[in-house]
Amino acid sequence: MSTLIEQPRYSCALGAQQTVVAIPRAVPILHSGPGCSIKISDLIGQGEAYAGGSTIPCTNSGEAEIVYGGEDRLRSVIDGALKVIDADLYVVLTGCTSDIVGDDIERITADYQELGYPIVCAETGGFKSTNYVSHEVVVNAIIDQYVHTFNPGGHVQKGLVNVFSSVPYQDTYWNGNLEEIKRLLEGLGLTVNILFGQLSEGISEWKTIPDAQFNIVAGTWTGLGIADHLKEKYGTPYTHFPYLPIGGKETSAFLGQVIDFADFTPPERSAAEGFIAKEEARFYSHIERTAAFMLEFRYGLPRRFYTILDANYALGFSKFLLNELGILPERQYIVDNTPEEFREGIKKQFAEISELRSTEVRFEVDGGKIHDEIRNDPKKNRALIIGSGWERDLAKDINADLLLVSVPISYRLVLSCGYAGYNGGLRAIEDIYDHVLDTYR
Amino acid sequence: MSEINLHEPEVLIREIRLGSITGFEGTAGELVSCAQSGKLTESTRSFSQCMGCSSGNAFCQLSMITDAVVINHAPVGCAGDAFTFNFVYRVGQMERNLPPSIGRYFSTNLEERDTVFGAVQKLAETVREVNERLHPNAIFITTSCASGIIGDDVEGTANELTEELGIPVVGCFCEGFKSKMWTTGFDSAYHSIVRKIVKPPQKKTNKVNIINFWGSHIFDELLEPLGYEAEYIVPFSTIKQLEHISEAVATIQVCPTLGTYIGAALEQVYGVPEIKSPPAYGIAGTDNWLREIGQVLDRREEIEALIIKEHARVIPQIEAYREKLRGKKAYVTAGSAHGHAIIALLRELEMEVQGAAIFHHDPIYDNGDPTSDALAHDVRTYGDIPNYNVCNKQAYELVNILNRIKPDLMIARHGGMTVWGAKLGIPSLLIGDEQFGFGYQGILNYAERILETLDSSEFVTNLAKHSSMPYTKWWLEQNPFTFLGGNTHVDTY
Repeated sequence: MSTLIEQPRYSCALGAQQTVVAIPRAVPILHSGPGCSIKISDLIGQGEAYAGGSTIPCTNSGEAEIVYGGEDRLRSVIDGALKVIDADLYVVLTGCTSDIVGDDIERITADYQELGYPIVCAETGGFKSTNYVSHEVVVNAIIDQYVHTFNPGGHVQKGLVNVFSSVPYQDTYWNGNLEEIKRLLEGLGLTVNILFGQLSEGISEWKTIPDAQFNIVAGTWTGLGIADHLKEKYGTPYTHFPYLPIGGKETSAFLGQVIDFADFTPPERSAAEGFIAKEEARFYSHIERTAAFMLEFRYGLPRRFYTILDANYALGFSKFLLNELGILPERQYIVDNTPEEFREGIKKQFAEISELRSTEVRFEVDGGKIHDEIRNDPKKNRALIIGSGWERDLAKDINADLLLVSVPISYRLVLSCGYAGYNGGLRAIEDIYDHVLDTYR
Repeated sequence: MSEINLHEPEVLIREIRLGSITGFEGTAGELVSCAQSGKLTESTRSFSQCMGCSSGNAFCQLSMITDAVVINHAPVGCAGDAFTFNFVYRVGQMERNLPPSIGRYFSTNLEERDTVFGAVQKLAETVREVNERLHPNAIFITTSCASGIIGDDVEGTANELTEELGIPVVGCFCEGFKSKMWTTGFDSAYHSIVRKIVKPPQKKTNKVNIINFWGSHIFDELLEPLGYEAEYIVPFSTIKQLEHISEAVATIQVCPTLGTYIGAALEQVYGVPEIKSPPAYGIAGTDNWLREIGQVLDRREEIEALIIKEHARVIPQIEAYREKLRGKKAYVTAGSAHGHAIIALLRELEMEVQGAAIFHHDPIYDNGDPTSDALAHDVRTYGDIPNYNVCNKQAYELVNILNRIKPDLMIARHGGMTVWGAKLGIPSLLIGDEQFGFGYQGILNYAERILETLDSSEFVTNLAKHSSMPYTKWWLEQNPFTFLGGNTHVDTY
C-alpha cells in the first residue's frame, strides 16, 4: 500500500520553523537546502511577521555541503545571523540534506552556547516527521537548551500555567485561538504563559515555564509530548482537554476541567465559576437569538457535515456543530497523520460524540481519496464541509457550504479571527451562516 | 553555445552550462564587459538567507499542463508550493474562460525509513495509483534533495513505467542542492519536455511558440494580422500541443531567464528559429524585436508599417508621462532578464535607476548569441546603471541598500521584497505579468502603474511608522556587501 499524499495539508518536520517565528523576537536559522523555507512559508506562513519569510537565515546547502559536510557553512551563517538579525533567541533547524549527511549541529550549537549566545538546535530533517510532531521537538529543545540554563525549576508559582494548544501557523487561526484561550484562563484567575503570538511576552515568559503550577494541553495529541517532558523534568502536573474547545458547551467543560485541576481556594473557585456562568450566559443569549432563524429559515440550511481537519479541530468542530447547531455528522476525516498510539482514543471520542450518537472517523492524508469518497455519497440534503481551500470545487459540485479552517486557507485573509472558546463559537456561527445566506440571490 | 544533449536525463546546471553567477557588485556596464570577455567569477556570501530552489521553478512550468499530473518524489514539505501553483492555475482558468479544475499534484511522502532503504518501489506504486485514479496523458516526476542524496533511480523507474503504462512517465531532475540558481528548474522542466514529450515535426504550421509563464495573451493581436497563430507554452498547454511545438515557425521568449533552454533546444534539435533580440521592453527594444520578427516571419513591410503607426500613437503619450516621472529615483529587484526589462522601461520614462539587486546573471544564453544580452542592450541604449548588484534574494542586503539610498520608488518582481520598501516608507510596486510591460503599450501600462504607486505615499508612510525592523543597527551601518566575497572594498555607497 502506497502512502502517497494528494493535496498536502501540513508540512514536513522543518515546518516547525514557524513555531520559532511565532515566538516574539525569535528567529530560526535553517541548515537546509535552498527552497525549503520558502515552500513552508508558501503553505503555512502568514507574511513576514518579525523575522520569518525572506528574513530567515539559511545555509542554502549545495553540492559542496552534501559532499564535504556543511558544518563550516553553518558556523559562517550563524556568525552572520548573530550580527545581522536583532533577536532574543536563535534556533538552528536542520533539513533533509544535513540530517542525511550527518552534520554535528549539536556540537556547533554548543560552541555558541558556551560563548553565552541565546541559541539552541533541533534536528528537523523533513523526512523525519510532520510539523505537528516537530513542533514538540522544537519547544522541548528550547526548554532543555535555553530555558533550563536560566531556570532549572524549583520555584513553583501558584496560579501560573503554561498552555499548549494550537500549533502556530499550521493552525491558521492560531493567534485568535490563543488570545481567546488566554483571555478565558485569565478570567478564571490564572496567570497564563501563552508562549506564542501577539500576547506572549517572548523569552522572558518562556523562562518561567518551569515555575508553572500546572500545564494545560488543549488539543488532541500535539502538545502531550511537551507536557510529558515538563512533568518528567520539573514534576509539573498537567491536565489534558482532548480537542480545541469551540462554543458554549465545550468551552465550559474545558474551563470546568481546569478549575478542578487548579486546586483553587473556595473563594477562588466561586469567582472562577462566576466568570464561566457570565460568559456562558452571554454565549447562549446569542444562540437563543439565532434559534428562530435556525428553526424557521425556509430555504435550506446545511443539515449534515463533513470535517476534513486535524484531530484538534475535527473533534472540536464535530461536537460544536452537533450540539450547538444541530447539524448531523457524516464521515469525519482526520488529515494530520495522527501517530498510531493516539488513534484509538480519537475513535472513542467520535464513537461517543454525543449521548445519542456516534460517528465514523477515518485517518486519511490523501485528499484526492477523500474527495472521491465524498463525491460518491448520496446527496440526501444540504451539506457543510469544514475543510481547506482544496475543497472549493468539491463543495460547489455537491452544493455544499464550505468553511475554511484547515491549511491551505488561501481564500481568506486571517488576522485575529479564531474559533476557540465562547467568542470563537460565535464567530464560527457567523462565518458559517454568512456563507449560507450569501448563496441566495 | 551550450550543446543540447537529449541523451542525458539531467540538464547541466546553469553554473556549468552558461557560467551564471549569483554574486556581483559594480555597475551594469562592468558586469556586461566582464561577462562578454569571459572574466566573470562567482562571488559567494558568508551569510545568507533562504532562497528558492529548482524544484519550485520546475513545478511552476509542469503544474499547469492541463492533462498531465506531477508527482513530487520527496518528503511532504517539498510540496508546500502545490496549493500556490494550484491557485495560480485557477486564476489563469478564470482569465481564459476555462471551467474550474483543480491541479492534480502528488507527493510520494518520503519518510525516514525510505532514506535508509530507498524509495523507488514507493515511487512506482504512487505512479501506478495516480495513473489508475486519473488516467492522465503524461506523468512528470520531480525529484528532491532527499531522493537525490539517497540515490533513487528515478530515470530507470520512469522508463519502466512508461513501457508498462503506455503513457510518458518523465523524470524531471531538479534537486534543490544541485544549483544556486533556482532558474535551473526551468531548464529541468523544459529538458524533460523536449526529451520525452515533443515529437519530431511532421509538417510546418503557422504557429509561433510563446514561452511564457501564465501571462496575458497579448501576442494574438500582433500575430493574427500577420497570418500567424500564437501558441502559449507551457502553462495551459495539453500534452498533444506540446508534442507539436517542433512544428512552429518561430519561438518567442517573454523572458529568456525562463525560456533560454527550450528556445535553444527547439532551434538546435528541430530547427525552429528563436527570436534572439531581447524581449520588447522600451521603444528601442521593441523596434529591434519587431524587426527580427518581421525578418523571421517574412513580414518586413507589415512590421515597418506597424512600427510607424505605433510610434505615432505612443510617443506623445510617453512624453506626457516623462514630464511627470523625469528624474524620479527608482530601485529595482527582480529575476535576471525581467530585471533588465524593468530597467529599460524605467529609463525609457527618463527615471533615474539608482541601482538594482538582480537575482542572478547569465553571461550568455543557450543560443550562444550575444544579441540576446538584454543588460548589454540596456547599457548601450540608455547608459550605464550604477550599483548593479547580483543578489539571490538576500533581503538583508536589500534593506541595507534601500535604507541608504531611499529611492522614490522600488519595483520588485518576486514576493517577500516589496514589503521592505514599504516598511521603510518607500512606495513599492510588484507586477507579476511579464506581458504587462511588453511592447509599446507596455511602456504606457507601466507608467500609469508607477504614477499610481508614487501617489500612495499615505499608506507607506503610515506603515513605516508602525513597522518593526529585525536587522541590527550595526548591520544597517555596514557596507551592504560586507558578507559578499572576500570583503571586497567598495565605495559605491
